[in-house]
Amino acid sequence: MVETNQLTQYLETFVDITRSPTEQDDSRKAIASSLDNDSLSINQLVREMELYLTTTDNVVRARGILLLAEVLDSLKAKPLTNAIVHTLVGFFSEKLADWRALRGALVGCLALMKRKDVAGVVTHIDAQAMAKSMLQNVQLQALAPHDRKLGFELLEFLLQQYSEAMSTMGNLLVYATCEAIDGEKDPQCLIVAFHLIELLAQLFPSPSGPLASDASDLFEVFGCYFPLHFTHTKDDETNIRREDLARGLSLAISSTPLFEPYAIPLLLEKLSSSLPIAKVDSLKCLKDCAMKYGVDRMKKHYGALWSALKDTFYSSTGTHLSFALESITSPGFEINEIHNEAVSLLQRLVEQDISFLGFVVEDIRINTVFDTISRYSQFRGMPDTSKLEVLVISQILSVSAKASVQSCNIIFQTFFFRLMNTLGIVEKTSNGDVVQNGNFTVSTRLYHGGLHLCIELLAASKDLTLGFEECSPTPDCAQESWCSMVKRFSVPLIQVFASAVYSSSDDSVADVYLGVKGLLTMGMFWGGSSPVSRSEFEKILVTLTSIITSKSGKTMVWELALKALVWIGSFIDRYHETDKARSYMSIVVDKLVSLACSGHCGLPYPMMLEATSEVCSTGSKYVEKMVLGLEEAFCSSLSDFYVNGNFKSVDKCSHLLGCLTNKLLPRVAEIDGLEKLLVHFAISMWNQIESCGVFSCDFNGGEFVEAAITIMGQIVGIALVDSQNSIIQKAYRVVLSSTLAAMESIPLTFVALEDLQRDLSTRDELILSLFASIIIAASPAASIPDARSLIHLFLVSLHKGYIPAAQALGSMVNKLGRGTGGTYITSGCSLEEACDIIFQADFASGEKISSNGSGKIICGSETTLSKICLGFCGSLEHQTHAITGLAWIGKGLLMRGDERVNEIALVLVECLKSTNCSGHALHPSAMKHAADAFSILMSDSEVCLNRKFHAVIRPLYKQRFFSKIVPILESLIMNFQTPLSRKMLHVALAHVISNVPVTVILDNTKKLQPMILEGLSVLSIDSVEKETLFSLLLVLSGTLTDTKGQQSAEDNAHIIIECLVKLTSYPNLMVVRETAIQCLLALLELPHRRIYPFRIQVLQAIAKSLDDPKRRVRGEAIKCRQAWASITSTNIPF
Amino acid sequence: MSMLYTVMILKKVLESELWFTVLHRKIKPLAVEARLRNREKKKMTLGLINANPVVQAKKERLVRTQPDQYRDDGVDPLDIYEYVRDIRDPEHPYTLEQLSVLSEESVTVDDQLDRILIKFTPTVQHCSMATIIGLCLRAKLKECLPLHYKVDILVSPGSHADEDSVNKQLNDKERVAAAMENPNLRQLVDECIYSDEI
Repeated sequence: MVETNQLTQYLETFVDITRSPTEQDDSRKAIASSLDNDSLSINQLVREMELYLTTTDNVVRARGILLLAEVLDSLKAKPLTNAIVHTLVGFFSEKLADWRALRGALVGCLALMKRKDVAGVVTHIDAQAMAKSMLQNVQLQALAPHDRKLGFELLEFLLQQYSEAMSTMGNLLVYATCEAIDGEKDPQCLIVAFHLIELLAQLFPSPSGPLASDASDLFEVFGCYFPLHFTHTKDDETNIRREDLARGLSLAISSTPLFEPYAIPLLLEKLSSSLPIAKVDSLKCLKDCAMKYGVDRMKKHYGALWSALKDTFYSSTGTHLSFALESITSPGFEINEIHNEAVSLLQRLVEQDISFLGFVVEDIRINTVFDTISRYSQFRGMPDTSKLEVLVISQILSVSAKASVQSCNIIFQTFFFRLMNTLGIVEKTSNGDVVQNGNFTVSTRLYHGGLHLCIELLAASKDLTLGFEECSPTPDCAQESWCSMVKRFSVPLIQVFASAVYSSSDDSVADVYLGVKGLLTMGMFWGGSSPVSRSEFEKILVTLTSIITSKSGKTMVWELALKALVWIGSFIDRYHETDKARSYMSIVVDKLVSLACSGHCGLPYPMMLEATSEVCSTGSKYVEKMVLGLEEAFCSSLSDFYVNGNFKSVDKCSHLLGCLTNKLLPRVAEIDGLEKLLVHFAISMWNQIESCGVFSCDFNGGEFVEAAITIMGQIVGIALVDSQNSIIQKAYRVVLSSTLAAMESIPLTFVALEDLQRDLSTRDELILSLFASIIIAASPAASIPDARSLIHLFLVSLHKGYIPAAQALGSMVNKLGRGTGGTYITSGCSLEEACDIIFQADFASGEKISSNGSGKIICGSETTLSKICLGFCGSLEHQTHAITGLAWIGKGLLMRGDERVNEIALVLVECLKSTNCSGHALHPSAMKHAADAFSILMSDSEVCLNRKFHAVIRPLYKQRFFSKIVPILESLIMNFQTPLSRKMLHVALAHVISNVPVTVILDNTKKLQPMILEGLSVLSIDSVEKETLFSLLLVLSGTLTDTKGQQSAEDNAHIIIECLVKLTSYPNLMVVRETAIQCLLALLELPHRRIYPFRIQVLQAIAKSLDDPKRRVRGEAIKCRQAWASITSTNIPF
Repeated sequence: MSMLYTVMILKKVLESELWFTVLHRKIKPLAVEARLRNREKKKMTLGLINANPVVQAKKERLVRTQPDQYRDDGVDPLDIYEYVRDIRDPEHPYTLEQLSVLSEESVTVDDQLDRILIKFTPTVQHCSMATIIGLCLRAKLKECLPLHYKVDILVSPGSHADEDSVNKQLNDKERVAAAMENPNLRQLVDECIYSDEI
């Protein structure tokens, strides 16, 4: 039980309008919650509020009623007895007459309306009383927008939930609605108002009902909103869009056939306006109306509708018909929204009532086109008006034909025969034999307009069959008259199209385009009862294939024919046409694959491969055929090379591999079974390499080796683990059988390495690279036989400078399991062992390398590899190889989050110092390699250690490394260093900074910005490090555009500006200058007092950039200069 | 009843601040109404020289092909045209390009001698705005070009009644400097140069 005092206090707080809204809100909530948990009953509340509800003070009364209403609103789910609800309804209905307290009354009525079924609802009689009071007392248009909205919502609820009670009110309701909506301008209210009209129309559907008599007035009220003009684009809380309003209006207009006499003339008039939005809206609305009003009512408007539609088609179609490659499967001209809507309206009208087609068929304009179409033979030569006629009429006819079977029949009966006559195409003889070439005449001239019309008609009928055969599985259109007409003419039609393809007239592009498009359309009729018989279909395929194989250049016709074949192929695959698939296989696929394998055709080999792969990737059977064929071709040409030394065969091999990589590999997911085929291919590659003992001559087939490496890696990357294992086993056997196996036994001594200086044989190098690419791409679960000796092998090759070997080592340490607990037991080698082999490998060298134990502390790890890196022994070349190798191994460790990477990083840092533990600085080139090693460590690589190649990647590994290494580099830079070593340290730091995610930089801007700036000025001295400089500058610009970065930029403004000003004249890279100027522009975000002193300095620098040799820099300079000049009231002195 | 409604709507439309304007065959759209009123106001205060100029469509921006990385891009007439095409006319809310005061052919550049010549065509023979337009061109180019260019601005021969004096005025350093020191003129020129409202 709430204490009376407290309740009074709450009431006072709410009623007192001087209190803050939050206080009022709180007291309302308090009352509502005590009602909800039954510590206060409604009766008590009302009794307590009596004074507030009945006082003559308008403000207090309004607040009191509002409080009661809002409390009710939050109790929608609480059960109340019918008596209470009844009393409340009575109260609020009565209060609707009290205009000073109207808001509360409206909220209260709405709250009662929204009550749930279980909690006591308003009865029909009460609702009727409420409606009556509402209609009599409330003048909606005199109220504020929010109240109007509440009023509309109340009406909406009444009509939706108490339609029976409402229907008794008849004319009064309609009249009051008219009055309420009249002149409404608020979009939120309008949305509800439009819905109201829809509900009214549902309520009084009868043609003699109350709506019928007032329909004209009602339509007058809301019809004037059409077409909706809504310019308010800013998002407010309600977020009403123009589309919603237009849709609502359209639904209201089409809600009842009673509006028909007023709506259709208005819509037709608006359709004739020049405003695009009016046209689109009218077309949409007309479509809605056609559906709702019914055929009978629409019939009297057909004449006007047809002429308006025709005009719309004419005005929305361009005269440009594209003969480009892309448009072979599309209409070939620009389509805008108006056109789309017109098409769908026409289709709907024809679908609904076939008699509308009478207007189309009898249209004078269409009929004259058929008579004059043969006047111009070339599309290019036609005047614009005739072009327009042809395009529009082809559209109209194809849309009407697509609407239904019946309409298709009518269109074909009326026009097809005439069209054939005009084109000079004569039907085949009555006995059904295929007519020989001589027996009928193909007109010597091709009429483009006619051909276009003909293709559009055929395409429409084709789409028609596809359209309804998706729902019914038994295609049966053979009896339809259009089908028999097409059948009669199919042979000569195909012949005409084929002759167009081979034409060589002066406008051959259009000829060829129309010819191929025609053949494509004829080839895509669906089902067994299609008007094109199998032999004719095969003829089409033969024609297209012969174009591809005969021509010897990448001409338009070649590309068109290829595209058409691909479309036909994917069509067959999609609709599972077994008969046609067989023809396609035997005619197209077999022919192309055999040509691709033999390579003996007039076509350049890459084009042949392109055609084959495009065509074959339309179905999985074709792919199988192709991959097997290519495998054979690869093997034979490789053996041709090593037996006969035929260099052409190597070229062929690399093209072949390139084709597989580029065309087929990206589609592995789409094509079933491709993965197995490719694995098989990889294994037979190894077989072939194994069988060729020695290459008869050396070759510089870098292209071939590269292609082979790429495809091998990619195949392993996509293969399943089992397949990976089998490839690895196979490859390992080949390695064992080669001379590479000998390298495994080479001790890691300098003498031995010196001996190795002569290069490996070409074959061994190929095997090594291929094997490395397999290891790089293998997943962690794959098993590697004899990993120890393999690591040894890679280590030796690394010292000889084979980068792939280093990458393979990196991948191995990245993926090997940890110790005994790891997953990697089969190989018998754990990560620990691998690291032992790599780092501790005993260099049993003649000279003793260690620092003879004089107590000098060398860097973190005293490993052999690091000693080589630091130049204790070995040649310079040797040293750089070791550094790069170390970087790749480090990357592998870094990505899995192994601690050993820290030692590696320390070794690399040691290489950069001017006085390191060996007591002297390294050779500049070695230092450069060490600095670039940081780029290898931090950047994402395309060739190895990425997701595609199953690398183990620990989250945030870059961030961790960044936070460890940056303080070290920083403190070294601070200490005195020689200029060279200082520069190299900066390069390393730049690599680290520019590869870490930008959020990390933003968190540390304060510390980093001075370092970045110093780095920029050190790197800008010469042109060697221009790319690094640019990436560092991008980081700086990132910090300047962020709020966090701007705070620290404020402190460093003078250094930043000095540095940027210097960079605006950096001569070596244009983007650096451009970015520097953009950064200067971004600096204007800083507080005025901070940047104003630098104004003159910046303006002077920018004035020089106005004369920059590059246009883009000049453009940026103008913008920047204007912005900097405008921060003061005085202008640039004139 | 219907006539009464229409009148009422019209009244409300004209009186209140609107998101909506009601398009109806009996009602003029608000936007047109407002523009007409604006125009009348302007006419009363300024007295337009050319009240109804012919407006051309804006041309598409030229998209340059990716420039050669190793070659310098010299200043060419199109560059200069890019700079000045968007200057607004002093008396109409259209750009000089839209009013055909300037076109791509009106700029010539001599890169060896660092000279730039612009010939513009006023919309009417007796246009008193010609000097303002010239001043705008000069001020804009001053901002966009380095100092070593010499800019000559002329009205196209025969296109202006007072051709010689306009030309003389536009290419006299002292008079231009004096004009730019006049705060009213300066403000007008700045409005024309920096206006983004088009």
